This record gives sequence, structure tokens and C-alpha cells, in this order.
Amino acid sequence: MSPREIVTLRDYLSPELTGRTISDARHCVSLTDVLSRSCLGGRGAELSGRAVLLAVSGQLLSALAMIEIDGVARRMLLCPPDLNPAHLDSLIADAAIDAVVTDQPEFWAGRGISLVIAAALPVASATTARTERATEWLMLTSGTSGIPKIVGHTLEGLSGAIVADGPARGTPPVWATFYDIRRYGGLQIFLRAIIGGGSMALSEPGEALADSVARLNARGVTHISGTPSHWRKLLMSGSAAAFSPRYVRLSGEIADQAVLDALRLAFPEASIGHAYASTEAGVGFAVNDGKEGFPADLIGINRDGVEMKVEDGSLRIRSRRAAHAYVGANAALLTDSGGFVDTGDMVGLCGDRYYFVGRRGGIINIGGLKVHPEEIEAVINRHPQVRMSRARSRKSPITGGIVVADVVLAAGCDVRSSDGVRGEILAQCRASLAAHKVPVMIRFVDQLDVTAAGKLARHDA
Amino acid sequence: MPVKSKIIAAIRQIAEEQKVKLPPLDDGLSLHETGFDSLAFAILVARLEDDLGIDPFTIAEDAAFPQTIDEFIRAYENVPA
Repeated sequence: MSPREIVTLRDYLSPELTGRTISDARHCVSLTDVLSRSCLGGRGAELSGRAVLLAVSGQLLSALAMIEIDGVARRMLLCPPDLNPAHLDSLIADAAIDAVVTDQPEFWAGRGISLVIAAALPVASATTARTERATEWLMLTSGTSGIPKIVGHTLEGLSGAIVADGPARGTPPVWATFYDIRRYGGLQIFLRAIIGGGSMALSEPGEALADSVARLNARGVTHISGTPSHWRKLLMSGSAAAFSPRYVRLSGEIADQAVLDALRLAFPEASIGHAYASTEAGVGFAVNDGKEGFPADLIGINRDGVEMKVEDGSLRIRSRRAAHAYVGANAALLTDSGGFVDTGDMVGLCGDRYYFVGRRGGIINIGGLKVHPEEIEAVINRHPQVRMSRARSRKSPITGGIVVADVVLAAGCDVRSSDGVRGEILAQCRASLAAHKVPVMIRFVDQLDVTAAGKLARHDA
Repeated sequence: MPVKSKIIAAIRQIAEEQKVKLPPLDDGLSLHETGFDSLAFAILVARLEDDLGIDPFTIAEDAAFPQTIDEFIRAYENVPA
């Protein structure tokens, strides 16, 4: 492929599109003249052909650095904010890193990496970056235990679903996401903003939801994405009333009917869609009919060249949007011999629709019977007073484990009526679930933990 | 409420939830004859642990599971709370 055929992020940043910005809670940077500025002190060309670790604490500088590095470096590894520093050495070795872009150069001095380039807010630069190659994009999986796996993508694969969707109609979108853009789900939204000619407001860790909503409103956010857990938290916060996006997107966890219905009620004017994607398999599909699960006819080859099948109960995807490999000395194979990625997401067919039932690795064992906690949570979440729930296994000397559930009630639900609600939830569970899946105990809690990747924390799963 | 009454009340409550028709709960009734399956017993032990703060079957590694209602209740009475 000649360099002229390589498309990089900067190809989507034409100075003719005015008024485009990317912002966080403190800074707002123009995307219109971003190509004539540098956040690397004009040293971007030094990264030519290098394997770059992008270790910047904030998302705004990370985004600007991605724009500057793409097409120049050989590869770029995105470090998410929750990366355990103890894993750095092994990741650096596996990705053969020989340059670091960071806002903490003093931390990296003397760590044996030959080139350390400091990132800072952009200043005018005499040199403009030249596209030399298709940079390999390396991302980390978000599993909770052990060293994360390095997953290799290309910009072409990462942007496949965005290009297939075509440009958004009407005025250019202003995107926001509750995710961090150095994770797959967040990166998709950043790329949607850049490729779609729009703007972006980044998430701010630790910011109160009411403050976030006020900030997103001030930035004119029209399109926003997050996990069902992110959305449940927003709905619980009471801040949703002040917000009216045109497009609401869910991904990263099972979007059950309860959260889809609650969002429909909260945002009657918005399009609401849930997307299926994983760091390894890429974007599989988006569902926009407001119903949980997905139409069974998506199984097979779709028009965008994504092929899906169900084998041994799990969803398998073969797609040009999938990662091309795990990277590293002892990296496992990413696909089976037929080129399919096993997503580990278990699905069940009911009528003409498939429903997600849970993660293969998340199964809890109840007296020898396998139970997906997500299946129980979906039933509990149907109760109108329930905002969020988590089913888990509690040790039992009799059966090994029993199902218990922690439940967050909707704001305004009187604690004094909670016994009645408990009875109603249990009746609902008994009507829809096998006896061993019905929670033995329901505990009402103020909140449930969500991981840095926006997913319900399952410590004991 | 004494431990025995709490246990009997919990058994009746679970029987109702699990749609189990209990025979009269005499002391000598074998646990098998209560109609409870292992899930129902697991629920009972977990509820009693929350209510009484003890799980005599996990505390003692060598504890043999009781055979009768009377033995079951004594397992709880014999544990210092």
C-alpha cells in the first residue's frame, strides 16, 4: 500500500470544518487548527517508526497526542487510567516499546526507554506531521485480574463501523461518553467525533454527575454513550431531567429492557441504541428498535462484512473490525482456526431474537447448577422501584452456594415500604426463574460499585 | 424469641416460599421427612446465620449434618453466640 492510500486521523481534521472542539472540564481545544499546532513540542517526527507508549494522565492530552502520533509511529499503546503500574514493565517488553509520550517525563527518565517526549497543551508548530505509515493501535483488555492482554488494531478496523454508518444527519454531532477514550468503548466515541466531523466533550473522573450534565449541556452535547451501569447511575442521580441528547447509546454490558425503557422515559426525544462491541471482536452491531437482545437474522454475514455465529452458547464474530492479534511473547491466539473471535458472551434464542444471558466466566455455581447473575438481575431490574441490582453467590455449607442479591432502589422509594418491594421482587423472580436462581436474600444498598471500565463490579464472580 | 421458636418460624416461612407442605414438626421428625430439598436447607442455614449470627455447619469442620429436627435445633443451641 502506498502512503497516499493510508487514512489517518489527521485526514478527518480539515481546517474547512470550523467550530470543532475537544474539551474536558478545564480546557477546550479547537480541532479546526489542531494540525498547525503540536502537543509534543513539535517533536512528533522523532516518533517516526517507533513503538510508542501513550502514558498521559488526562484524556484531552491523550486525544491530541493520538492525532499527532497516528500515521507517524509504527505502533501506539494506549494506557488506560486504571492501569496497574506493576504491569508496565511486562507490557513495555511485550509491545517492544522504544518511546514514551507522557505528561510526567520525570517519572519515565531513567526507566530505560530511549526516547521520552513530554506532552502538554498544544502550541503553534512550524512543522506539520507527515503520514508515513498505517500506525498499529494497541489497546489493553479490561479484565480485572492479572496482566491485561495487548490487542492489536488498525485505524481502518477501529473505524469500520463508523464509516459504514455514514455521516450523522443534520448539524455535526457533539459527542460525549462516560467511558475513558483509552478503552475500546470510549475510543469508538472519540473516533466518531473526529471522523464524523463533530466535536467531543470528555468524561472527567470524580466529577459529580450533576456537574457533568451541566458541563455537557454547556458544550452542546447531542450524542452520548455509556454502559448500562453508567446510565443507571445517571438516572438515579436525578440529573437526567436537565439533559436532552439526540442520541443515547449503550454498550459494554447487557442492556436489559428495564434500562432501555427507563431511558426512553427520561429522553423521549432521543434515538436510543445499544451496541455490541468488544476490544477483541470490534463493533459487532447496533440495535435501534428499543428492545433488549438482537434480531436473530443478524446471525450470519451482514452487509458490512461482519459475520456472527453462535457455538456452544457463545457469540462468535469474524470481522475486519476485529483486532488482528494479541501482541506479546506468550500471546494466545485471538481467533479460532476459522478466524472467529469467541466473545465469551453467552446468548440464548427465544422466538426470533437472541438475548444475552451473561459472561461465560461469570457463571456462579449453585449446588452444581450453573447460573448467570445477569439473568437474575434482568428480572429484578424489571421492578419499577429498582434502579440497579447485583446477583452473587453466597457460600453455603449445604449447596456450596446460594443466590443473594444487592438492590439499589429508585430515588424516592420509601425504605419503610421496602419489605413490600422485597416481596414483589421475589414474586417476580419466582414467576420467571427456576427455583435455584431465585435470590434467597435481598439486601437493599445505597449504591453498587462500578469498575473504571464502567461495568458493574463483581468481586466474587 | 428462643432459638427454637426462631428456627421453627424460619422453616415455616421457607416452606411457604418454596411451596413445601410440612408435616407436623415433631422433635423426632427426620429432616428428610420435612419435604425440604438441599436448596431449602441452604436457604434456612443462610437466613439463620443472618438472624442468629451463627452458622454451626461452617464453624465446625467435622460437624455431621443433623438427621432430625431436634438435632438441627441443638446444633444452634450448642454454639456460643
